[in-house]
Amino acid sequence: MAKGRVSIVVERCKACGFCVEFCPSHVLALSSTFNSKGYHPPHAVHPEKCSGCDLCGMYCPDFAICATKTDAPKKADPAKEGDK
Amino acid sequence: MTDCLNTDLLDDPLGDDRLNTDLLDNSISVENPVERFLRSDRMPHIWCPGCGIGTTVNSFARALIESKIDLGSLALVSGIGCTGRVAGYVKLDSFHTTHGRAIPFATGLKLANPKLNVVVYSGDGDLSAIGGNHLIHAARRNIDLKVICVNNLIYAMTGGQTAPTTPDHSTTSTNPYGVFEPSFNLPHLVEAAGAVYVARWTTFHVRQLARSISEAFKKKGFSFIEVISPCPTLYQRRNKMGDALDAMKFYKEKSKIRHGAPTSEVGMTMTGEIIVGKFVDRERPDYQTMMKAQYTESLGERFVEPTEMVCS
Ligand SMILES: Cc1ncc(C[n+]2csc(CCOP(=O)(O)OP(=O)(O)O)c2C)c(N)n1
Ligand code: SF4
Ligand code: SF4
Ligand code: SF4
Ligand SMILES: [Mg+2]
Repeated sequence: MAKGRVSIVVERCKACGFCVEFCPSHVLALSSTFNSKGYHPPHAVHPEKCSGCDLCGMYCPDFAICATKTDAPKKADPAKEGDK
Repeated sequence: MTDCLNTDLLDDPLGDDRLNTDLLDNSISVENPVERFLRSDRMPHIWCPGCGIGTTVNSFARALIESKIDLGSLALVSGIGCTGRVAGYVKLDSFHTTHGRAIPFATGLKLANPKLNVVVYSGDGDLSAIGGNHLIHAARRNIDLKVICVNNLIYAMTGGQTAPTTPDHSTTSTNPYGVFEPSFNLPHLVEAAGAVYVARWTTFHVRQLARSISEAFKKKGFSFIEVISPCPTLYQRRNKMGDALDAMKFYKEKSKIRHGAPTSEVGMTMTGEIIVGKFVDRERPDYQTMMKAQYTESLGERFVEPTEMVCS
């Protein structure tokens, strides 16, 4: 299972390609789809390889992409159960 | 929250390489760490595709998170220029001042309210040309400011004129036959003037930049961080240097990390190597400490420390 999850705000992207180029796990590629400004936003072609390192998020000059680590499912914490 | 892939507006005339929407499981939301520091209503910003300024803001945001800075005691001051726009995009107490006057404005803030963490975020032209005198004197006085200088080697906002940082031999709108004047080596300039912390990174070095900004927050005194940043529109295009991604690959290839390098050796050329790293990290009493010591010595009991000024 992927250790991370990447998310893209398509309408903010200006297709600079930084995220695609510098993703260490080669998760991303620019898509052929256009956003409303005519740019090709990236998409995850290998989502299963995402480590959640968020380097894509640090590089993106348009604050359009970011990622987070997906935690392995934890055992329910009885102390916190009551809060739900 | 702007956390999901918005597919409503998407059109896919080519049919291949479609956006992979299988990933859209909105039960897991991904919040961009930079978002809480942005005025999201002003997005998308005006910076060109691949402009490095936004990338520096990501590192700045990570540094704010890492250093657990109290945002109530933080002020960010910019001058004028593409970089100066940062002040308008961050959801912090920020001031977009006049051209070249970010440092004097920030100095006033710091003197009036010494508890503030004052960041100056501006361009190479703003800080080292029209504002060059303020830069050297703030360093000499060791005023406790954190200066982030986005150096795109040009006056970008006004059309790509030669800046004091523009490398020899490059072509600009004001030097169509090539720049022939020597450029400033900013780390060397500010070290000579007295800065206590001096580092240089490029927009390729996002994590190192974040770390340097965090370190600067721990210093008391004049800290200067130079970030070499792509301006595909007004610097690279005229010099046939490709797009922003080409600049990033160039930085990756040409950068050499040399912590502690003598700043006299870190001058930049148009196509040569870029020495990056932390060059200076030293201690020296800052302006307000020196002022207090002097007044206490001269006036003794009669010296009353000014109280913090709070605007209501
Ligand atoms: C007093 C004054 N002189 C000149 C200008 C025009 N001006 C605006 S931005 C700028 C240069 C900005 O260069 P830099 O600080 O490097 O910022 P960049 O746009 O490259 O980020 C100039 C000359 C001005 N706004 N005010
Ligand atoms: S989080 Fe890391 S691995 Fe995942 S897409 Fe972004 S850069 Fe690639
Ligand atoms: S880094 Fe940002 S703007 Fe550039 S292609 Fe990726 S998502 Fe788009
Ligand atoms: S002109 Fe240059 S510095 Fe200004 S927004 Fe465009 S790329 Fe950035
Ligand atoms: Mg500039």
